[in-house]
Amino acid sequence: MVTTLDAPAKAGLSIQTRAVGHWFDSKDGRLDVLDDVTIDVEPGEFVALLGPSGCGKSTLLRLIAGLEAPRTGKVGADKIRIVGPDPSRLLVFQDPTLYPWRTVRENVALGLEATGQIKGSQARIDRALDLVGLRDFAGALPNELSGGMAQRAALARVLVNNPRLLLLDEPLGKLDSLTRMTLQAELVKLWKDAGFTALLVTHDVEEALLLAQRILVFSPRPARVVREIRVDAAYPRHRDAPELQGLRREILVSLGHDHEL
Amino acid sequence: MNSIAETDRFALLGASSQDKSAPILPPLWRGGLAAAAGWAVAASLTWFWPDLTPWARTDLLALLELGVALLLAAVALLGGSRFALIHPYDRWFGALAGILTLWQVLTAKTGLLPLPFFPPPQSILEVYTDDAARLFESVWRSLFLLIPGYAIGGILGFTTGALIGWSKAANYWGHPVLRFVGPLPATAWLPIAFFFFPGSHSASTFLVGLATFFPVAVLTASGVKGVNSAYYDIARTLGGSERFLILKVAVPAALPNVFVGLFMGLGSSFAVLIIAEMMGVKAGLGWYLQWAQGWAAYANLYGALIVMALLFSGLISLLFFVRDRVLAWQKGIVRW
Repeated sequence: MVTTLDAPAKAGLSIQTRAVGHWFDSKDGRLDVLDDVTIDVEPGEFVALLGPSGCGKSTLLRLIAGLEAPRTGKVGADKIRIVGPDPSRLLVFQDPTLYPWRTVRENVALGLEATGQIKGSQARIDRALDLVGLRDFAGALPNELSGGMAQRAALARVLVNNPRLLLLDEPLGKLDSLTRMTLQAELVKLWKDAGFTALLVTHDVEEALLLAQRILVFSPRPARVVREIRVDAAYPRHRDAPELQGLRREILVSLGHDHEL
Repeated sequence: MNSIAETDRFALLGASSQDKSAPILPPLWRGGLAAAAGWAVAASLTWFWPDLTPWARTDLLALLELGVALLLAAVALLGGSRFALIHPYDRWFGALAGILTLWQVLTAKTGLLPLPFFPPPQSILEVYTDDAARLFESVWRSLFLLIPGYAIGGILGFTTGALIGWSKAANYWGHPVLRFVGPLPATAWLPIAFFFFPGSHSASTFLVGLATFFPVAVLTASGVKGVNSAYYDIARTLGGSERFLILKVAVPAALPNVFVGLFMGLGSSFAVLIIAEMMGVKAGLGWYLQWAQGWAAYANLYGALIVMALLFSGLISLLFFVRDRVLAWQKGIVRW
């Protein structure tokens, strides 16, 4: 069922951050969220950013998406400084945030419409819908979809634009565990087929281990990278694989969860 | 895969709902038949019970009541499920016959309620048969005042609201003005408007526009301000320009609010319209009311009120019809 979109042409983007610091001004003064974050992501790599909830990982994604500028330090894609959003770097949020007044198809068409490429792109939209298995729901409205289907539609909405970098902000966080497992497998397949770079923010250790080639473990707020772990296991991975279990223990310790349950 | 299972479930649902076979005989609408009987009773009462002092349209009223009875009976016996939409209203149809009869008994038949304040239904019928031209003209003149004023006020209110909701500068200067001037009822501007505008028609159009402008502007602004910021993030990363963000994100997201504003604006524009017509326009339904009062023509007064109720509730229904079309993606939030 899964086909590739036309011309994945350009491979994934590489990402560089250099001593990135970021904070928000709040009523109670300055709220530091990122502290001296320096990371490098290779083109086509799948990297998980793992850390406790609310530690600032999502802010890092917003900086890389170009939605906000870092207070200090630099953020670049392919070694060119990021100054604003660009359709080559796309975000998927925890909530699908589909526009409720548009059908699934119209939601998927959003990016092509925004960049004036909508004419003659119907086949491309069809392929994106096929890719996530939503062709039959093209005419449905978002409030008619289940959580998993809505998140698939959100994925199609970014994939149709052939992004070179996918920023995934806990995209499976609100799904039930079965749907979640299905979508984890689909995400890996999409990434392997399309060749984009993927940055996944998650606080789920198992998810990071199943999906990512490399895991960056963040401290509580303000977020710093405290650990880097390579996951060399071949895809498709199995959650019971002994090598993953060992890494799991290691990561939990670095997150401060060394006690037995 | 998960999605295929979901597809199948939907397909099954579709199939089972189509399988309901139609009954062989058209179902009888019992409530409708009972209501028809009520109207038949009303008609015979009107016809056979002589008026205290004869009214010119008593016979016509009886015929009309008989007509309603026959129509209801036809729908009940032969209509089947084609008119299923009105079936739940059978008790209302019956009650209307009862109210009409009670009203007639208390006025034309026994005179328990004094004239001229309580005209019988046949005298209101007489207004419609004998003064139709003047009433039509009044309706037409009222609409001629209302619609342009409402359209101008609505468009300007929407534009202003969208600007205030979108732009920080427009909000800084515009919002306090809306907050300060908005609560003034449009009718308070009436003396000034009649003074500044060249004619009473343009002054009234302005007032109707003003009455529409404020609620539409305020609600549009708050709608645009309240748009989920993630919607903008999505559009910006996908390459949307500012124009795209306004037209394709802010405006559609704010539309439910805009319609609430249009609804409120319509209500207050009715009030302004009638008062403006009473005070200076010398035409329209408001003027008709005042003219009828001047002649102590109470039947005309009630007759005009009924027309007005039909007209205004019709306009609101029209607005809600448009809203339900435009906001079909949304389940009805404001019910009317």
